[in-house]
Amino acid sequence: MKLAIILWGLVQALKLAALFFPAFAARVRERNIIAQFKLQDNSAGRWIQFENGKIKSGSGIHPKPDLAIFFQTRAIAEEFLTPPFDQLVRIDAAKNFKVGMDGPDELVVWFAATLTFMTTVGWKSGTDMGNGVKRYTNGTNGGPIFVYVKDGKIVRITPIEFDDQDAPSWSLKARGKTFTPPRKTSLAAHGLALKSSVYSKDRILYPMKRVDFDVNGNRNIQNRGKSEFVRISWDEALDIVVQEIKRSKAVGRGAILANSGSHHQWGNFGHYLSAFGRFINLVGCTKVMGSPDSWEGWFWGAMHHWGNSMRLGTPEFYGTVEDCLKEAEMIVFWSSDPDKTYGYEGTIRRAWAKELGIKMVHIDPYLNHTAAHLGGKWFAPKPGTDAALAQALCHVWIAEGLYDKKFVEDRTHGFDEWKAYILGIADGVAKSPEWQETETSIPAREVRALAREWGRKKTYLGAGSWGCGLGGAGRGPMGAQWARMMAILGAMQGYGRPGVNFGNLQFGAPVDFSFYFPGYAEGGMSGELTQSANAANNYQRMPHIVTMNSVRQSIPRKFIPEAILEGKAAGFVTDVSTVQGQFQRTGYPAAGHAKIEMMYKYGSSSMGTQIDSNRYVKMYQSEKLPFVVNQSIWWEGETRYADIVLPACTVFEHWDIGEWYNVGAGYVHHMYSMNNHRVISIQHKCIEPLGESKSDHDIFLEVMKRLGMGAIYSEGGNTELDWCKRAFDSSDMSKHTTWKKFLKKGYYVVPNVPEGARASVGNRWFYEGRGKDTPEPYPLPADYVGDWGKGLQTPTGKFEFVSQTLKNIDDNLRPPLNKYIPTYEDPKRNPNLVDYPLQLLSPHTRYPFHIMGDDRGSAIRDIKEHRLRVDGREYLTAVISAEDAKARGIKHDDLIRLWNHRGSVVCAAYVTNRVRPGVVSASTASAEYRPAGEPGNSTDLGGCINLLNPKENITEHTHSIKPNTTLIQMEKWTGVDTWRRAEAVA
Amino acid sequence: MSAKWNLIVDVAKCDNCRNCFLATKDEHIGNDFPGYAAAQPEQVHNWVDIKRKERGIYPIAEAHFMPVMCNHCDDAPCMKVAKNGAITKRADGIVIIDPEKSKGQKAIVDACPYGAVFWNEERQIPQAWIFDAHLLDQGWTKPRVEQSCPTSVFRALKVDDAEMRQIQVKEGLDVLHPELNTKPRVYYKNLHLMTTCFVSGSVVVDVNGVDECAENVDVVLTRNGSEVGRTKTDVFGEFKIDKLEARSGRYELKLSLGSAHSLSAQVDIGDESPYLGVLKLKGT
Repeated sequence: MKLAIILWGLVQALKLAALFFPAFAARVRERNIIAQFKLQDNSAGRWIQFENGKIKSGSGIHPKPDLAIFFQTRAIAEEFLTPPFDQLVRIDAAKNFKVGMDGPDELVVWFAATLTFMTTVGWKSGTDMGNGVKRYTNGTNGGPIFVYVKDGKIVRITPIEFDDQDAPSWSLKARGKTFTPPRKTSLAAHGLALKSSVYSKDRILYPMKRVDFDVNGNRNIQNRGKSEFVRISWDEALDIVVQEIKRSKAVGRGAILANSGSHHQWGNFGHYLSAFGRFINLVGCTKVMGSPDSWEGWFWGAMHHWGNSMRLGTPEFYGTVEDCLKEAEMIVFWSSDPDKTYGYEGTIRRAWAKELGIKMVHIDPYLNHTAAHLGGKWFAPKPGTDAALAQALCHVWIAEGLYDKKFVEDRTHGFDEWKAYILGIADGVAKSPEWQETETSIPAREVRALAREWGRKKTYLGAGSWGCGLGGAGRGPMGAQWARMMAILGAMQGYGRPGVNFGNLQFGAPVDFSFYFPGYAEGGMSGELTQSANAANNYQRMPHIVTMNSVRQSIPRKFIPEAILEGKAAGFVTDVSTVQGQFQRTGYPAAGHAKIEMMYKYGSSSMGTQIDSNRYVKMYQSEKLPFVVNQSIWWEGETRYADIVLPACTVFEHWDIGEWYNVGAGYVHHMYSMNNHRVISIQHKCIEPLGESKSDHDIFLEVMKRLGMGAIYSEGGNTELDWCKRAFDSSDMSKHTTWKKFLKKGYYVVPNVPEGARASVGNRWFYEGRGKDTPEPYPLPADYVGDWGKGLQTPTGKFEFVSQTLKNIDDNLRPPLNKYIPTYEDPKRNPNLVDYPLQLLSPHTRYPFHIMGDDRGSAIRDIKEHRLRVDGREYLTAVISAEDAKARGIKHDDLIRLWNHRGSVVCAAYVTNRVRPGVVSASTASAEYRPAGEPGNSTDLGGCINLLNPKENITEHTHSIKPNTTLIQMEKWTGVDTWRRAEAVA
Repeated sequence: MSAKWNLIVDVAKCDNCRNCFLATKDEHIGNDFPGYAAAQPEQVHNWVDIKRKERGIYPIAEAHFMPVMCNHCDDAPCMKVAKNGAITKRADGIVIIDPEKSKGQKAIVDACPYGAVFWNEERQIPQAWIFDAHLLDQGWTKPRVEQSCPTSVFRALKVDDAEMRQIQVKEGLDVLHPELNTKPRVYYKNLHLMTTCFVSGSVVVDVNGVDECAENVDVVLTRNGSEVGRTKTDVFGEFKIDKLEARSGRYELKLSLGSAHSLSAQVDIGDESPYLGVLKLKGT
């Protein structure tokens, strides 16, 4: 099309939009501006003027435009402006300077967004339900949902019930029965309870400033966490933040620390890896280097026996639901409690297993939720000793010939050495059932019975919460030892054989793994190519401009307080691309980089989620951290430890898009196989942001505009809704449905593949000695020692009973042969800790998602298995044994104090026979931190169990946490706090 | 006969996920439904609540959960104390406490033998779970407790009373406190998991000088000479005999493995489910 016609057409389109859509007319009325479209050499152009809502235009070059959009050549202009727009053409023009913009950044962004609004203003979303109620959709960490809205207020949140137009569900046949999942999504509590969190009394509704903070005078840093806050305007708040960004950048490279939690609300664009990621890269920040904190033992341990580095050392799970139901005779749940945190899709499948008469065994010091629900034999080993139990199983298997000899012979390396160790030939100690009894307290006869049953029956090993890793004993001080034993047990039974594999039916539903929709770890709009999974698909599928953080400094997450207070911190990199990635050291400060001047904290609360978290108070009250801005939705434990607080809004108050449990490549590829249906939802902006809150994206955009980078941040005026459309276009969904239909209905169920085209059973190719045929692009081609796709990622290409990669490092707690090393979190073995005779488990929470859903307005707080309300305050529940309670005069529902030298926390006692005496179990995350006295140095009433957990690594050469066997003492709470922190206890 | 609403609750399927509890709060907190229910106050009301029952003693323990709510009784004690027609029994069986007419009538709360009616201090009204009548009247086919439950604990049925009686007999359904004759419309399956006790133990036998778990041991429980339960030990030597009435007193337990080994024991059933510990078979 000719340029003159295109530009004339554009003006007519603007006028029509203003005529038909009052919202667009209002938008035009917002500014009086003159915008010039032109060729760079001024040889042709058209100006458009907005004046008091009127749209005027003229051909040619205006003498005084407020902004100009110019094109290098006529051909480029015509290609750029002719609909339908080709995103690749547009970004090619932008990044190669074929198109440019002149004028104030803020105005350019406004004008560009106005042009896109011309298209989006006419879009219709949601389903009219009558009586003024509209049904929208959204996505949450707990699953996709319907959201009923009336008069701008959320009425209700429900699971999504599918209709006849949605793709059919899969079914599978096992032992004469046919199973098919319910035609709806199931929801976790933290998804269903979200309305209460939206309208929570803990919502931050306005920008706030600590009352005694003066950015140009006395900052009163020592009062962080103590002083009150006052409301300020957005302009004042943003001006202070930008002033501090500029001050910090002037001090030196990397002086801004960008710090977020591991999770955020659902959605590909609001996610921290997306909107915050782009912000970090454009500002240039020192990033926080996380550890694989829910997978520690698998990543640092099991990986060295079989590779699977890009699965964090956990095994494949494809096809295991069908194989388990068809073939398995027993499932051993080892430190495995899938009925929490991630909803109940797998629970439905486990009910089928029960119906089929598959036997269940549970190994966990706590008769966990899944175990209580399913029933079966319960083993309660002393925490931290599980590896002894596992080795005794190996002993029986070897002594009685109950292992897969052919698999061991053909597919593994180092078995003779392992056998010699187990039989005690090497060290004179047979790892017999009797030997383990002194460690675990499990009777030898029961271990023999289990070993024989397991050796004779086709058994699935559900290791960790997901059955294929995650949580549980893998997060304990001996987590690496335990996860290594899980891998070894699998190898001895020939994992991959029909009916013998890893899993507990939580992963491996027969969904379509080829249908593309981006997962959140693909980075959304971040443009980050190396520290996200962007390069896997998103970068090609959704053409966008790459961004890059030029700061070469990071701080290991566990040691942020040490980095600030002591000026240094060291760790090992979480590099999943190859096994050797984890041996690379990193440290702060990096050469040529500055020390931290300010922290940009984004959501979450370290007090409730990071270990030994009294350290954070000390850090925040130190002059060594001159400025803290905290951008959060709710007032959480950490929020008060800031100078400026920026109010973000919930997922209901802005646009986003996402697929249920689709994380994307990199960490947990194909995580959506947890679900019975793949469900993609547009996350409608259901209501207006509460108070003056804004979406995270919009807050970052405001900061960016003040730094002259609004146009770059928004890639030329894209709003969140525009990004959603780009994600839709990038996905396979666009081949099956239209944007218009999707936007209205709100969700899409991905069709399943025909039964014969389902993914192969995980690990079977290896069992059968074939090339890899499961649908994951791992390991990297270079990591195969021989032919591509043949064998494992290990140096021998085989399963290694004796790890070759661990021979490359000298780590006392990770010897190449996984010999039993008793835990030092044992009062019997650690004389410094005799005052703390109880072992504390701090597993993932059941009802909230980490701290999300634990805000003080959430209905989740009404669940007495989560918190108990006493005198108007909600205390975190701690599960304690009837025996330990009796010895201390504690009754059910009494307030109790748990403490050690690191911290002291008041909880509500849940007295039960479901936990092994000597063990206390209390969830790991709390949104609230409520010190009874001086912050950081008194008893917490809020429930931050992590105050008690140690900061040290699992083993020397790792950057890892171990919050799962910490020693504590407990008493009935007296109401008087005398606890003080002892800094120098081993 | 006209079709009426009933709710069947299967205790064995409840995982305490709390979705029914949360869905009811989601539905009613902040929402007024005139003619059906005024908004529920935050925190203090649990119109649908979950009762917990733990049975057994470490290391043989169980935990069971049971959703409880207004039973929509056909002979509702609350209706007998209500004044000004504050409570109506709809033709479809649902009991509705009128949020206007019931003002000030705290007696309605006290009248409910199930503790299922809650007093709203602020509005001075009694409130209970309304079976989502407001949604059913709009065409919903099931209440939110059923919609939100991932493990199919609930089954709302609109059938006539004769058919419901047949279902009750066929599926062995109980109601709460049948002795009160309130004729509840909420029925329970596997209620014994909440109300009865079991006896358990771990049986051991000497095999060539080594203690082994004794599998397939015949376990017979008798009372006053008549058999009340029988099972076999599993591969771990464990047994469990269930559905024993709490506080039912003394029982005799007989264990035998073939003719070579046996053991007898006495067991008293009180409030709790006893675990007899390790029972070592003796040669006969």
